[in-house]
Amino acid sequence: MELVVFLIAGALSIIGALGLILFRNPMHSVLSLVLSLFAVAVLFLNQDAQFLAAVQVIVYAGAIVVLFLFVIMLLGVDQSEDLSVEPIAGQRPIALAIGAAILVLAVLFATSAPDGGVTGAMAVTAEKVDSITGTTRSATAALPDNQVDGRELDPNIDQLGRSLFTDYVFAFEVTALLLTIAVVGAVLLARKPKGELAPLPQPPTKAAAAPPSDETSELNEREDA
Amino acid sequence: MELTSTWYLVLSAILFSLGATGLLVRRNPLIMFMCLELMLNAVNLTFVTFGNELNDLGGEISVFFVLVVAAAEVVVGLGIVVAIMRRRSEATADDLSVLRG
Repeated sequence: MELVVFLIAGALSIIGALGLILFRNPMHSVLSLVLSLFAVAVLFLNQDAQFLAAVQVIVYAGAIVVLFLFVIMLLGVDQSEDLSVEPIAGQRPIALAIGAAILVLAVLFATSAPDGGVTGAMAVTAEKVDSITGTTRSATAALPDNQVDGRELDPNIDQLGRSLFTDYVFAFEVTALLLTIAVVGAVLLARKPKGELAPLPQPPTKAAAAPPSDETSELNEREDA
Repeated sequence: MELTSTWYLVLSAILFSLGATGLLVRRNPLIMFMCLELMLNAVNLTFVTFGNELNDLGGEISVFFVLVVAAAEVVVGLGIVVAIMRRRSEATADDLSVLRG
């Protein structure tokens, strides 16, 4: 059952990621990103992380994606990007090569070591891990004794909440500070300044990025050869 | 066949490299942001996988903080994009080069 869920959700997330890259219209890209995020939320559920699945849907699909949609619609940038021109010669082959290299390295890491590249001891053997990271012992110690090896016995959200407000409370507070700074920064950036806006200087790459059409085709031919 | 955590790790590797490729290929700053979100999501998936495998809550706590940082980053990044678009209607990643001091 879990395998079936994994296969379906994994396929959907990959389809969504491909759509995000390949769609020309930003609106379609956002929608396929939503598909991918939902599929990852299902994968979280498949791994007993119920709270994170809910947060994934609420924060990502509910807040972040809506923010993207707002910006796209508000600014009228829904014109399609012409994917057939390649402004920087050789950008796409190099990008594909780097992407393939990342994929190969990550898959090698994931499959080479036994147990999926897990290097540390199980966190239940608290002392070993604790001397290195200092975090895991408290995370497991927060659980009641009878539930240490059966995480499905007590609600996921219980453990997360207890852990977040005891062991990680300082990081939690710093997070609040970060969010406040982000809000202040966003307000500052989006505020309409008084008076006329000074025109932005044209970037020097602008002229080079839009060469005459014959030169572009020449570049493309060179790419093909 | 049995579902092991390696499957999840391979899937998140695929998602991460797709996001990285998109970030490098696309020139619309909004799409680049979304590819960044996709990469963060792939990493979140590995966090949850390892947390599940090691029976440790630390993975899920990390995902929680990554989510918060991603939200803050999107807010500020989209603010910058809006501020740039207000002055120039079309914008690619090249236009953001005027941000240098």
